[in-house]
Amino acid sequence: MRLCDVKLGESVRINALGHTGAVLQRLQDLGFTFGCEITPLFRAPSGDPTAYGLRGSVIALRFCDAALIEVAI
Amino acid sequence: MKPCLIALAGNPNVGKSTVFNALTGMRRHTGNWTGKTVTNAVGRCTHKGREYDVADVPGTYSLRALSEEECVACDLLASDELELAVVILDATALERSLILAVQLIGSVKRCVLCVNLIDGAAKRGIFVDDKALSNYFGVPVCKVCARKREGLDALMDLVEDALCREPRNPKPSGCDCGIMDYAAKAAHEAATLAVTCGEDRTKALRHRIDCLLSSRITGTLIMLLLMTVVFYITIKGANYPSALLSEGFALLEAWVYGLLLKIGAPWWLTEPLVFGVLRVLGWVVAVMLPPMAIFFPLFTLLEDWGLLPRIAFNMDSSFKRCNACGKQALTTCMGFGCNAVGVTACRIIDSKRERMIAMLTNSFIPCNGRFPLLISLICAFITGSGARLGILGAAVLAVAVLLAIYMSLAASWLLSKTLLKGQSSVCTLELPPFRKPEIGKVLLRSMVERSAKVLLRAVIVAAPAGLIIWILSNVSVGGATLLAHLTSGLDGVGRFLGLDGVILGSFVLGLPANEIVLPLMLMSYNAGGVLTELGDVSSMGAILRANGWTVYTAVAVMLFSMFHWPCATTLATIIKEGKSVKWATAAALLPLIFGIGCCLVVRALAILFG
Repeated sequence: MRLCDVKLGESVRINALGHTGAVLQRLQDLGFTFGCEITPLFRAPSGDPTAYGLRGSVIALRFCDAALIEVAI
Repeated sequence: MKPCLIALAGNPNVGKSTVFNALTGMRRHTGNWTGKTVTNAVGRCTHKGREYDVADVPGTYSLRALSEEECVACDLLASDELELAVVILDATALERSLILAVQLIGSVKRCVLCVNLIDGAAKRGIFVDDKALSNYFGVPVCKVCARKREGLDALMDLVEDALCREPRNPKPSGCDCGIMDYAAKAAHEAATLAVTCGEDRTKALRHRIDCLLSSRITGTLIMLLLMTVVFYITIKGANYPSALLSEGFALLEAWVYGLLLKIGAPWWLTEPLVFGVLRVLGWVVAVMLPPMAIFFPLFTLLEDWGLLPRIAFNMDSSFKRCNACGKQALTTCMGFGCNAVGVTACRIIDSKRERMIAMLTNSFIPCNGRFPLLISLICAFITGSGARLGILGAAVLAVAVLLAIYMSLAASWLLSKTLLKGQSSVCTLELPPFRKPEIGKVLLRSMVERSAKVLLRAVIVAAPAGLIIWILSNVSVGGATLLAHLTSGLDGVGRFLGLDGVILGSFVLGLPANEIVLPLMLMSYNAGGVLTELGDVSSMGAILRANGWTVYTAVAVMLFSMFHWPCATTLATIIKEGKSVKWATAAALLPLIFGIGCCLVVRALAILFG
């Protein structure tokens, strides 16, 4: 399942990141790593980006970036 | 003994500056470090008779720098002179903060962990076991609440203790990429051991506020309302101190003039010094300082409270459509205060392409220096309400502001399709928890770091500009002043744009500071040799009408004032930040093209209907 398809309030675990280079690095620095629990919390007025809760902080990701993150329940 | 250099490192928004201010008593100076010359805030701290130089490092998520601001942080943390790093951790998001801590423990000489914001964590039912953390990592750990100044003595005791020991890593090394998975795993393990979560009663409330702020209707309404309130307070509140300052400068001017006469200084020294340099300087300071001193603290309050990242969150989709970064919303907001500050703030944007777009389009946003012109012209020509900006006037101003925002978006889109081609890169935006802002810190940070710095730079350009303006308007060649020659030379181009030579000439001479554009126009029309007070709006309107102004001229001037070249201070900042004169030239030409386009549209309308 892709992270962008997870319903608001549903907790999932990160399986893999499909990004490369600087983007991958930034996501890892923010705590997006294998096995980490992540929950979509709320969306912006236009429906994109979405705010995700992980490791105690709230981080907003755009749809296209969340689509590259594989997750499992 | 030479003071020992210690650094405060940590993620953005964990209260590094609060710890810094509590330790150093807000005494900071700018330090230069070996290698690249970077500016970090450095303060002196004395504990038990020993002196320490404490550096406030910009917030960073890891030691692998991506943004300009993080490079500054990494340079200092990799410095040989650094004896010890205090890693500030956020107790409410310990696991995330620990990722950086793991990297730092492995790369700096000595390390002390400092768990901050324990009061906020307690409210959320989170308890951090410092002993467990200390055992896991083998470094000293201290719990503090910097806002209430609790635990700071204990922290400095640990620092003193750690400095007595041999360094763990004798040679500081960078961080290799393989460490990330390890860092994340270690952070998770340590956090699991050390954090006990109780019942969190504020979670539901926080979620409700977030939903309210990001909803389509209430979110937009709250944002517009806030913008209006901030502008209203800034414009209203600045009137009185501005008047006071200009009175003060008038007194100073008279005093200096009297003094120079008394000591028998020649007229060619007295006149340009007093009526040129001093008057323009006084003008710029009186018009510029009060709105900046009000706008930036308000802005910093919103920043500290956590609202600005949410505005960027809400606006992100508009910026994405222009292939730009959502964080550009923040730099755009800062542009309303001062474009130079807005350009500096572009450091927070990771991608170089997107940072350049944000820098080049920032001057589309009317800054505090241009608001007086907009407001005076609205009052004199559109609402005809005299000095008071009524509801109609406020609505017109709001339309102008929205137009400026849309034009900056259009320019961003244009840039992303031409000069700065590319797709928008990843935009990760952290939405920090809402926090009560610290008034003292806000005043220091915004007044000293933003207002004062920009003001100083403006003064540096305004003083020579005053001299040049005086020379131009007082030296005559062939029966007319140089200024008259300049304005008549520009008249053809000006008329073509629906303006005139005087208006265009004033914008050219107003390059050092936008504040002097309108006074310059009045000076040229009156053919006086010195800048005169604006006086009341109706007499200003009468002077302008007598020189052939119509409503269309006023609208064209307003549009041109929003979209022409950035002021000299902003251009200098773009050269400094972008390290390129080429891009600064682009930054000057881009708004000019939009401005010329707008003026031609207005002129076409004037010919059709006027």
